[in-house]
Order: sequence, then C-alpha cells, then structure tokens
Amino acid sequence: MTIEDWTCPMPLRDHPRIVMGHGGGGQLSAELIEHLFVPAFGNGELTELADAAVLDLEGSISFSTDTFTVHPRFFPGGDIGELAINGTVNDVAMRGAVPRYLSVGLVLEEGLPMAELGVIVNSMARAAAHAGVTVVTGDTKVVDRGHGDGIYINTTGIGIMRDGADIRPQRATPGDVIIVSGTMGDHGMAIMSVREGLEFEASIRSDSAALNHMIGDVLDTGGDVHVLRDPTRGGLAASLNEIATAADVGVLIEERSIPVDRTVAAACEMLGMDPMYVANEGKVVAFVAAGDADRVLGAMRSHPEGVNATIIGEVTDTHRGVVAARTPLGSIRVVDMQVGEQLPRIC
Amino acid sequence: MKYLEEFRDPDLARRLLDDIARITTKHHVLMEVCGGQTHSIIRNGIDRLLPDEIEMVHGPGCPVCVTPLETIDKALEIASRDGVVFCSFGDMLRVPGSGRDLFSVKSTGGDVRIVYSPLDAVQIARDNPDREVVFFGIGFETTAPANAMALYQARQEGLTNFSMLVSHVLVPPAIRAILDSPTNRVEAFLAAGHVCSVMGYEEYYPIAEQYGTPIVVTGFEPLDLLQGIKMAVLQLEEGRAEVENAYQRAVTRGGNVPAQQMLADVFTTVDRNWRGIGAIPRSGWALGAGYEAFDAAERFTVTDIDTVESPLCHAGEVLRGTLKPDECPAFGKECTPRTPLGATMVSAEGACAAYYLYGRFKELEATP
Repeated sequence: MTIEDWTCPMPLRDHPRIVMGHGGGGQLSAELIEHLFVPAFGNGELTELADAAVLDLEGSISFSTDTFTVHPRFFPGGDIGELAINGTVNDVAMRGAVPRYLSVGLVLEEGLPMAELGVIVNSMARAAAHAGVTVVTGDTKVVDRGHGDGIYINTTGIGIMRDGADIRPQRATPGDVIIVSGTMGDHGMAIMSVREGLEFEASIRSDSAALNHMIGDVLDTGGDVHVLRDPTRGGLAASLNEIATAADVGVLIEERSIPVDRTVAAACEMLGMDPMYVANEGKVVAFVAAGDADRVLGAMRSHPEGVNATIIGEVTDTHRGVVAARTPLGSIRVVDMQVGEQLPRIC
Repeated sequence: MKYLEEFRDPDLARRLLDDIARITTKHHVLMEVCGGQTHSIIRNGIDRLLPDEIEMVHGPGCPVCVTPLETIDKALEIASRDGVVFCSFGDMLRVPGSGRDLFSVKSTGGDVRIVYSPLDAVQIARDNPDREVVFFGIGFETTAPANAMALYQARQEGLTNFSMLVSHVLVPPAIRAILDSPTNRVEAFLAAGHVCSVMGYEEYYPIAEQYGTPIVVTGFEPLDLLQGIKMAVLQLEEGRAEVENAYQRAVTRGGNVPAQQMLADVFTTVDRNWRGIGAIPRSGWALGAGYEAFDAAERFTVTDIDTVESPLCHAGEVLRGTLKPDECPAFGKECTPRTPLGATMVSAEGACAAYYLYGRFKELEATP
C-alpha cells in the first residue's frame, strides 16, 4: 500500500497530521488504537486493550529488542515499518528460536502526516503476518515537533527455542564453513542512494526481509549449525569480527566469493565504500560444520531470500580473533572493524 | 563494472608480477604519490606480492592528511557558528583538529553535512537563502575542477550566502619538495592518475630531467599499479629517467583543457603549508581575482586559533616517505583509527590507516 492508496477511517481524517493529543492517553489516542492499530494488527490479545498481554509459553524463549530510526522513512525496497518487524524477527531467529510475539513502541513527532503513519503501520502488519508473528502489545508517544525525526519504532520479540538448538557466536569452531545467504550491502546502499546530499540514480533496493522461515528450514535439515548472525550495521566485516573475537578463532574468507550485486558494487566504487562494511537487513551469515554445508546451502537456496547463498570462507585455528581475506590476487589482508560509520571518500 | 573488472584480472596480475620479478636485479625505492593508490596497493596486498627488492613508500597524496591544522581549526570554528551550514566530503569529518573534529562540532549543535559534490552544497545554499552555506574545498588537482565549477555557478547566480574554505594542494611542487629533501630515498614516482587526467603530465618532464628520476603516470586498479611499477622498475634498471604514461585510458599529455581553463579562472597559485610537511612554495591554490567574495576565511574572521599537534605523531615523516607507518612508535598503540593522533590514521587513503586496516598483522603472511 502506498500513501496515496491509504484511506484513513473516519475519525482519523479530522487530523491529517499527528498532534500532541495522539499520545495523550485521551480520546485521540483511543481513536488511533481503535481505528488504526487494532484493525491492522487485529488479534485477541491486542483487542482486549489491557495494560499488558498474557502469553502461554513453554520451554526456553529467545528475547530481543531493537529500535529503528532509519532516515528516510520510505526507501527503495521497504520502509521503517517492515524493517522494524523484520529486524526483531531476525534477531530472535538467529538464536534458533521460532519468533512468536512482538511488542511495538512508537515515538511519533508532532506533524507526522497521518497517511504516512497509516502506510507504515499497515506495512508492519503485513510484515508480521508474513513472518507469522503476532503483535500483542504496544505503546504510542508523541514528541514536540523538532524533537524527533517523524517516527521512531521500537520492537521487542519473543520466540520459542527449538529443541536442542544451541546457536551462538562462541560456538564457531575451526573447520567450520562460513555461508552467506545472499548479496552483501544492498540495504545500506539503497538508503545511501536516497539520502539527502548523496542521491544517485540507481535501481538498488533494500533487502529487508524476515528470515525465520528460511532459518527454520535450515535447522530442519538437522545440519550442525554453530552460529547465525544477521550482518546489519557494520556489515559482514563487523559480524565476522564479533564472532572471531567471541569464539577466539580465526576467520579466513575468499574475497572473490562474497556475492555483491553489480549495481551495489558500482555504487560502492563511486563513493569509495566497501560492501563488506555496508548494512544488510535480510541476510544471514552461518557458521556450519563442514560436512553439513551442502544441506544448509540447499535449504537456503529453496527460499527467495537465499537464492544467492554461497560459501565465502572457513574458520581457522590460526590468527585467532582476526578476520583475514584472501584477495583476488592471492595475498592475505586483515579485515578490521570500522570505527564509526563508513564515510564517502573525497576522490 | 566494465573498465574495472578487466583491470583486476588475477592471471594478468600474476604475469605482470612475474615480469617485474624477472627485470629486477637490485633494490629500488618507489613512491606512489596518491592516497588512492596507497589504499589499493594495501587493500590488494600488492606490496606483499612484489619482489623483496622493490620497496614501496607512500606519498603525500592524501588530501585530508595534508590539509593544514590551522585550516581545520578554522573549519571547526566556522562550523560551530549559528546560522552556518557547513558542508564537507565525508572523510574530513573525523580528521582531528586541535582537540576535536567536525563530528564533535555536529554533536554539539553545529549543522555539519556530508555531501558528495560541492555542487550539492551550492544547491543547499539556493534552498536556504537565510543560512550561510560553507563548503570545505580541499584536495588535489582532482577535486579542484568541481570546486571551481561550484564557485563559478555561485558567482553567475549571484548567490550571496555561499562561500568556500579553500585549501587546495598541488602534486608537482610536493614531488620537488620530496626530491629536495636531504633524507630522500625515493628513486622513482608513480604519478597520481586522476590528478593527471585533469592536469596532463607536461609538468613532470622538467622534474624527471632535473632530478634524473623516472615518473610514470599510474592508475588505481591492481593491473594499473603493476603496470606502473613495472615501467618504473624497467627505467631504473635501464638507467633511464623519463616521463611515461601507464594510464592511457584516462590520461592524455595535455589533460582536460576546459577544466584547466576554469581552474585558472577561479584559482590563483599560492605558497601552502602542508600538515606534517611544512611550507612548500607555490604548492597550493587559493581563490583568485573576482572570487574574493566567496572566501569563507575572509567572510568569517577567525582569530585566536592556537594549533596543537600531538607530539607523538610522526605523520610528516610518513608523508615524506622517510618512515613507514608501522615504524612509528605510536602506531597501533596511542594512535589507531579509533584514536587518531594525525590525519594519516583517519582517511582510508591515509598511509597509517591503510596499514592499520589492511596490513597490521604481518604474521598472516604465513597463512597458507
């Protein structure tokens, strides 16, 4: 749904923009809940409009939270709403859990067009339905104009751990094969291509996607998966460095094997950036026992999010704590973490 | 990416490496002038694939590294002012001035924006007539034409709220300064390909002749660099000192003449202080006649600047090629990309940052 397509229900039309009262707990707040949130996320728990949700859970749970401040709010391939759902769904799934329930906290800036909020909330609802998770509780606050960037979203997620799943960075083991589920850097460069002052014309789309179904199938293969990580901020390089440090192992990747979309590669060249350091929002890095790599690859490739899954390297017992890359020319270099955000170069 | 992937072909690179090994009979010291070349050499591990006899030292061609400290302090001061939108290329934001950088100015309320082109800054000036928009115009001959174009447009349109803090630097005087240094070890230069695509390479003939030093115009991809190195080594082995062009797909002897005309129109050649190196006569460009009104240094009178360099930083020796980054006592200890003492540790083109990022762990060479 685009902004043009969204027709807001009657009472909301009186306010084409968010006003302070929408977060005040009075009638305007109630109208937002009744006419926007409940219809979008409609489910038993939320409809009860109680102070808290009550959930029946069995066994261990995986529990994660993330806050989304992306600018611009709408970008090629997605918006802040679906990103907020997919991001937390993925974080929960990375521990080998089945994501089930989400909370949504919205911080709205006074003046945000109601139509935009409608599109974002409906986009969240669609993403949640696709991922098979239920939004069971939420909160909305409104801040004075100039005190926020339109909308910030916090999502917190709960998933039920799969039997026997033990997936965490410390389990990376020498001999493991390292797999990525697709091209690197799509999300970050899609955002970059529409950011003020840096706009360039390119057909790059964010890879924002929920990965829980794909990961479910990967784990269903019975393959010995040691680590799963979604390489978001800091990109592949940050994820690999974190894992190498956590498990005290070496990581050696083949630079030529890292899948990068041609347009993304060209945009990175132009801006002097390295796709290995650019954020992804729909990709996973998997550390897998070598003998199970083919099974895992097969499961990934059977999903649209994983058609470009490929092996990029291995875990070593040398150069512990360090990520190294073999360059196309055959030399070895260190792939370090970025200090801050990657900055476009002068020339 | 056409015209890039062809110049990264591993088999052709191997052949060039074999050629270089075959023609090399003694120790040679080569300097790549440009920071972009340094970045590519380290990123591709080319320095480790060359014969032991070939020593690459890294030149001063990193614009953010050589921008004088007082200019950076001026930028920080102007960017802090109310009503100013301060626009800069991204990698200037983390360059340390005396005690802070542009990021910290931004965090305390300064309106500091990253742009990809100075023309974007002109657009911001058009869109914000009630704000003073200042662009940080630094760099070598490569970035100068776009900066000149921005100034030209601003003047044509009569934009009164746009100005530029200009600190351009020039390659040929820097090469002369290195060759004049009593501690110089450089025997041949790889001239900066992109600089030459603007300026051509006519200026290098008198240098090659006067100092008896080979100069090879060289590009940035692995095959470009290896071809440049091979041509320079061949000259040294054969006792020649000529100007040659290994980057013919981008560079002609005369260069980009319309760009040069615009540069001559907008800028004037001045003496310039280089951070870490010192004053080099007639080595920079400042705003010329007719453009004085766009000089941010004049528009915003900045006084009371007290510049303080870290006493531990040896960036000057690194930029002159007399010290390798990892030979500096502070390298990787007091000075890292997280806590840079000098600008060479900040930019991806800075020799120290390149060493730190890509070459820090020499024991990795033993990895099979």
